[in-house]
Amino acid sequence: MQKRAIFGGTSLPYLLLLPQLFVVAVFFYWPASQAVWQSFLLQDAFGLNTSFIWFENYSELFADAGYYRTMMTTGVFAVLVAGLSLSLALLLAVQADKSIRGAGVYKTLLIWPYAVAPAVAGVLWIFMFQPSLGVVAQGIRAMGWSWNPLLNGNDALTLVVLASTWKQISYNFLFFLAGLQSIPRAVIEAAAIDGASPTRRFWTIILPLLSPTVFFLIVVNIVYVFFDTFGIIDAMTQGGPSKATETLVYKVFFDGRLGGNLGSSAAQSVILMIMVVGLTAVQFRFIERRVAY
Amino acid sequence: MVEHRGLSRVIPYFVLTLGVAIIAFPVYLCFVGSTHPQHIVSNGQMPLTPGPLFFETYYKTLFIGSSGSTREPVSTMLINSFIMASIIAVGKIAISIISAFSVVYFKFPFRMAAFWLIFITLMLPVEVRIYPTYKIAADLNLLDSYAGLTIPLIASATATLFFRQFFLTIPDELVEASKLDGAGPLRFFWDTVLPLSRTNIAALFVILFIYGWNQYLWPILITTRDDMQTIVIGIKKMIVTADALTEWNVVLATAMLAMLPPVTVVVLMQRWFVKGLVETEK
Repeated sequence: MQKRAIFGGTSLPYLLLLPQLFVVAVFFYWPASQAVWQSFLLQDAFGLNTSFIWFENYSELFADAGYYRTMMTTGVFAVLVAGLSLSLALLLAVQADKSIRGAGVYKTLLIWPYAVAPAVAGVLWIFMFQPSLGVVAQGIRAMGWSWNPLLNGNDALTLVVLASTWKQISYNFLFFLAGLQSIPRAVIEAAAIDGASPTRRFWTIILPLLSPTVFFLIVVNIVYVFFDTFGIIDAMTQGGPSKATETLVYKVFFDGRLGGNLGSSAAQSVILMIMVVGLTAVQFRFIERRVAY
Repeated sequence: MVEHRGLSRVIPYFVLTLGVAIIAFPVYLCFVGSTHPQHIVSNGQMPLTPGPLFFETYYKTLFIGSSGSTREPVSTMLINSFIMASIIAVGKIAISIISAFSVVYFKFPFRMAAFWLIFITLMLPVEVRIYPTYKIAADLNLLDSYAGLTIPLIASATATLFFRQFFLTIPDELVEASKLDGAGPLRFFWDTVLPLSRTNIAALFVILFIYGWNQYLWPILITTRDDMQTIVIGIKKMIVTADALTEWNVVLATAMLAMLPPVTVVVLMQRWFVKGLVETEK
């Protein structure tokens, strides 16, 4: 953690830390503690009267079927995006890892969506799937299926999942490719000499050796769905129709908007903080294992 | 890899080309839509090849703006986004590199406490403290200013960790040599640490610039004036709920312009981008 050879100095180290600690204190810890404090308060609609109500905001949340529905939506959303984007990215990474011509070009052409803002990705996908003008929506209708993400909750969720997956494939692809390239060739060649088919080699050698990357990416993808899809949802569906695409973060935003229900919004924030702490802890455990391996 | 015969040689090319095509398709359609007249796009009659209005639409988007809810020309938004992303990237790097330097090269009371205070902010993304953070920014008069758009986002546990890891790999002999030459800590930082950190700074800059450019939740809270909008939030406001009113050709041109800078950065600085992405996660 520290060097043998170090500098003396009494005020300089503090001065160097000061800017970051200042920002952290004013814009991270102070608001976070305010969120905790507010979660115990009840404010009237005009913010004139405030009363301390202990855990009532929390008990109200946990008695509210809508909150569980939002949790379910977030969970389904996370499972679908992680499942889809991980498997597609793995498929592409395995192909790109083979000795092929132009591998570098393929790589470049697969990683750029990482740079697209979530809200802009939302706009791209709503344009394709908008029921009256979208090119793909027209195709779906021409095949005789009904499709209306503006009215049908499942259609809307499908659309948000597709846009989120599209954006996340590039990230997963990069990490899978790096993971694949760190597997020693000799191991795979030895298996091939023993007569293991490519499919068998994938399931019994490549995938197990890749499992630390898989676990790491699962956690990262869950965090992505929880927090970074806010822009996608806000641009595409605003959580609708009738809350079918509302995630936990979107609900915090929506419930506290225009001073709506700040107490409940704050309580939800606190629950989210606890979730992030859990996710980060899991992530660091896996990273430790990844380093050890 | 191991086998090189028959069909198995073609499969990778086929799968990868298909993947590239599917991933590029939404952006291709977006470009096509931005070159056709509004009524054709809005009718759902859009052909799959580019139309004739490339220059007209992009000129209107950049310098006049949509005639819908937000009338600000997109060039203003681009400038705002550029300023915001640059300040965030440079600011995060600057305050993180000096924090990491302090934690690694000095011994002082509360050193670990300071490090943990920075580290724990990893677990406090803006999404879990939306309104209280907004309230503080408002109390400090930061609404509708570049300071408000950037300073609250400028702390970075990731960047601090990243520099700390890197500093720990710098051989101690360099400090000792520097000390023998009579250099103080700041001289050592400026003459030795900073030049050695060049590639790390470049890698971080690429990642953080993209991070800053793509900010969404914080800018919609902190900006109320149209002329302070960034392009990523401006585009959302152009989509009017009643779809007939949405000028889709302008919206799509704005989307293209919003993607262009960060995607260019990734493509041109791919080596640094990959390094930054992979190493900051460690």
